[in-house]
Amino acid sequence: MTGNTVISVRNLVKKFGNFVANDNLDFDVFEGEIFGFLGANGAGKTTTIRILSGLSKPTSGTVMVAGFDAKKQAEEIKKNIGYMCQRFSLYDDLTVKENIMLYGGIYGMKKKTIQDRTTALLEQLNFGQYSDSMISSLPLGLKQKLAFSVAVLHEPRIVFLDEPTGGVDPVTRRQFWEMIYEATARGITVFVTTHYMDEAEYCDRVSIMSEGRIVALDTPEELRKQYNAGSIEEVFIKIARPSRNVEGGLE
Amino acid sequence: MQKVIEASGIAKNFGSTQALRGISFDVNEGEIFGFIGPDGAGKTTLFRIITTLYLPDEGSMTVLGVDCVKGYRKLRENIGYMPGRFSLYMDLSVEENLRFYASVFGTTIEENYELIKDIYSHIEPFKTRLAGQLSGGMKQKLALSCALIHKPRLLVLDEPTTGVDAVSRTEFWEMLGKLKAHNITVVVSTPYMDEATKCDRVALIQEGQILSVNPPEVLKDSFTRKLFYVKASDKYNLLKILRSFPLTISAYPFGDSIHTTFSKDNPLGDLNEYLLSKGINDFSISEGRAGIEDRFLELMGTESIHYQ
Repeated sequence: MTGNTVISVRNLVKKFGNFVANDNLDFDVFEGEIFGFLGANGAGKTTTIRILSGLSKPTSGTVMVAGFDAKKQAEEIKKNIGYMCQRFSLYDDLTVKENIMLYGGIYGMKKKTIQDRTTALLEQLNFGQYSDSMISSLPLGLKQKLAFSVAVLHEPRIVFLDEPTGGVDPVTRRQFWEMIYEATARGITVFVTTHYMDEAEYCDRVSIMSEGRIVALDTPEELRKQYNAGSIEEVFIKIARPSRNVEGGLE
Repeated sequence: MQKVIEASGIAKNFGSTQALRGISFDVNEGEIFGFIGPDGAGKTTLFRIITTLYLPDEGSMTVLGVDCVKGYRKLRENIGYMPGRFSLYMDLSVEENLRFYASVFGTTIEENYELIKDIYSHIEPFKTRLAGQLSGGMKQKLALSCALIHKPRLLVLDEPTTGVDAVSRTEFWEMLGKLKAHNITVVVSTPYMDEATKCDRVALIQEGQILSVNPPEVLKDSFTRKLFYVKASDKYNLLKILRSFPLTISAYPFGDSIHTTFSKDNPLGDLNEYLLSKGINDFSISEGRAGIEDRFLELMGTESIHYQ
């Protein structure tokens, strides 16, 4: 994949006391790609994502996100990214419309823009009938789609999806991936973590982390070839299993 | 073959929500029986009825030959239940949790150690650690040990692998397979279709109804149409173009290919021409085998290509 680099990580080290959570990471993420970030529980993924999203600072190394330095310009990074996690950051006791307006406000968008986007979004999601429903009353699949739409409401350069598609039916899951494709067609870069390896197959490139290091990074097809495996799940198990010490990892 | 569960016409409502709409199925002794379906399909409600925690509004169910409404006391001694959010005491240590569960059922860790040895030995080195400080995979193993410590004849596991990494999930399924040697029947639910292949039989469940009960291989083979895998570098564009092709019946993204069915047995000539006319040059088409998920999509009856 060619294109501009939107995330550039060089020699990233993050320590907590003596514990090395990220051990000299080096990778680039390109504009408009779907980048899968995989690893077993405790491999260090969350630590990296927190650094990439400006919530935590590297111990050493250089991390540039959307052109800003994670050490010195964390606030600028936050303005240029979107974030969605499995626990959807939507407010249960606000309506669909109120949630969209709230996030528009938090992102500092103009009132007129927020109104236009809200209308467009409700139409695009076929959400008309739900616009005044409380979030708590929505089916999981709709919440998921709304959470994603809200995460890209301000047209960020990069959106981070942290285990986004747990527990929905196969149709809803595909609709969700189509929203992701559509966002990347607009030039938004998607950085996604998941425990479900069949989802990794949707990514343009996949990295696999183990014990604080990135041990594999390539297209799903290349990884399958390299590891002589039929699926990314097999690749993952080949990589993550032998190196695992006797289950020492903390959450 | 002896039936461990016989359920007939089970219905359960919560206010105006119909959680289960007349479910019937049998589970044979010693099998791993899976319920596969999305959140909200009714899996947890059904499991709470099997484990005598809920009463059904309609229908009847016998578990281990005992009526699950009238015989609930007797049943509870013979069922091991692992609820979705592992019911561990986070402020007790690994060993204390296990000892507590053993004592509730009037037994000891030592008495049934053989049964849990394979699973518990993974976490035994950490037996003094508080359960709250365990990783997801370790919690899962402890919860399974606790559910097994009284040597139940039926083990009911509600989404035991949700939120657990792929390595731990693989190990977990291997452990379930080993329980067969002890003649323990396992009923397990998961939202993940790929795990269906690890069961002896699976019930696909959606909106409180069972769509099908079959061994996984039969389920795959019951896909009714020819399935084609279509690939191109621009997946999103390819998907839109495939949906606009007049012979297309369904087109769903599956990883790096799009699983497509057509209204004609040999659509390749027409399809080649169509894709080229839309400016897609780097495509490949191959006939492929349907998986569980393909069949689930077909059964859901959302065959419309304009499902949004």
